[in-house]
Amino acid sequence: MSGKVQKTGDVKKKREQQGSRVTKWLLIGLSVLFLGVMLVLPLCAVLVQAFRNGMDAYLEAVTDEYTVKAVLLTLEATVVAVVFNTIFGLFAAWCITKFHFKGKKLLSTLIDVPVTVSPIIAGLIFILVFGRQSFLYPYLEALDIKIVFAVPGIILATVFVTFPFISRELIPVLEAQGTDEEEAAALMGAKGFTIFRKVTFPHIKWALLYGIVLCTARAMGEFGAVSVLSGHLRGKTNTLPLHIEILFNEFKYIPAFAVSTILVVMAVLLLIIRSIVEYRGKKKEE
Amino acid sequence: MKKKRVIPGFGLSLGITLTMLSIIVLIPLASLVVFTARMEWKDIIATITRGRVLSSFYVSFLTAFVASVINAVMGMVLAWVLVRYDFPGKRLMDGMIELPFALPTAVAGMSLTFLTTDNGWIGSFFAKFGIHIAYTRIGITVALIFIGIPFVIRSVQPVLEKLDPAYEEAAGVLGASRFTIFWKVIFPEVKPALFAGFGLAFGRCLGEYGSVVFIAGNKPYYTEITPLIIMSELQEYDYSSATAIALVMLITAFLILFINNMIQARNTRILTGGR
Repeated sequence: MSGKVQKTGDVKKKREQQGSRVTKWLLIGLSVLFLGVMLVLPLCAVLVQAFRNGMDAYLEAVTDEYTVKAVLLTLEATVVAVVFNTIFGLFAAWCITKFHFKGKKLLSTLIDVPVTVSPIIAGLIFILVFGRQSFLYPYLEALDIKIVFAVPGIILATVFVTFPFISRELIPVLEAQGTDEEEAAALMGAKGFTIFRKVTFPHIKWALLYGIVLCTARAMGEFGAVSVLSGHLRGKTNTLPLHIEILFNEFKYIPAFAVSTILVVMAVLLLIIRSIVEYRGKKKEE
Repeated sequence: MKKKRVIPGFGLSLGITLTMLSIIVLIPLASLVVFTARMEWKDIIATITRGRVLSSFYVSFLTAFVASVINAVMGMVLAWVLVRYDFPGKRLMDGMIELPFALPTAVAGMSLTFLTTDNGWIGSFFAKFGIHIAYTRIGITVALIFIGIPFVIRSVQPVLEKLDPAYEEAAGVLGASRFTIFWKVIFPEVKPALFAGFGLAFGRCLGEYGSVVFIAGNKPYYTEITPLIIMSELQEYDYSSATAIALVMLITAFLILFINNMIQARNTRILTGGR
């Protein structure tokens, strides 16, 4: 009697397992198809198009005078954004996770605001602050400072768009770590910076690197906000993504894709760094 | 209640945080409010109820919603596959998910446009059936799907990982089918994370500009999204109209954020185990 029950149980289990294997490979197949079409294919398309007219045409597009200038401007904005947001991220994370004070929740919500704001609105608000109808405009004019439709505007927009990227990575890590170690160090007489360097920093190393990677990726690729604030002057206020748009709109498809490969390579590189950082972080946790 | 703080640097770090936050975020956002306050109520209403603007709201909402629903379903599948199954290339797949964050939206938009025009690699296949992708609302949806892929996956994944298999086993021992187990045991636990991811993707898609301009074709009343209308008002130096429309978008974005935070709070309770 019990043997029979056992047997039907086994058969049922087997069928169940078979069924679950079919589901497994169906779901994996669906996932591969989806990611293949939506992520891999666009990436391949950029590379294939970029080299369609051969290496010479590619090199010519990439070393074009305006391309080089766009690369330099993009790098400039990215470096400023990363440095600014790293400083902000470290102080904000320290302040939010190591102390209790009123309005802490509001503060952390406000830090996240730039992510929810559409890039176009991000550009718009800086036009409203520094543009022609602003009360600041006459003073800026008198001092001969140009912000809107000039490089400072582009940098401001880039900083805004990437503002919370580093603090957001640091805060959860520091929150989980607690404050005991810092308190102990402080009671033993360590100074603020020593505590940070010897106690806190080793915990957040990887999270910080990951945050910087994310910030770099977004800063290099920002399009909407920069597009609003840039005067679209070739060689002067064109970042790499804006340069690509102009080429595309002029039907210069192959140069457009060739220039895009610079950004694609950076994106893939960032993903690889991200994977390494995450892997290291997980290993440390264990 | 006032306790002496042992750890140094409170004043300094709070001061620097608030200063930087004010310069970059608070003052610029306040300028939007100040600028709106100077406008007449009826002008704002007149601007945002223009036919072209209203239809842009409709296009933006519709495409963002459809794209986010597709992403919610596919995100659930992908999170499930990445957490529950082992297969060759899994780590590569996991690493690939963030590509839409890393790849500039302009490049993505351009590449998707190239693929989906009537003689592109994908577009030519669908064109045989009379389906046009690029320069239609379907095209906008495709671009938004690309943008929103990581949100649902990255929000559902940690919850699935933490889920205690004991409940599923218990349900299995009690004779529930795998389908029932999924619907009655797993899905209710994952639901808050799924909605949170959906909300994040939806919010992001509503504001998306870079990838959509390439693929949309930007025909008024048909494929013109709201951020694009704001952009064209700005190019005509009509700051009042741009601000009025931006205000509607901003309020919507904050509303989504607010609802999302409420869901997220519940979600965190599930993740940390406390109730």
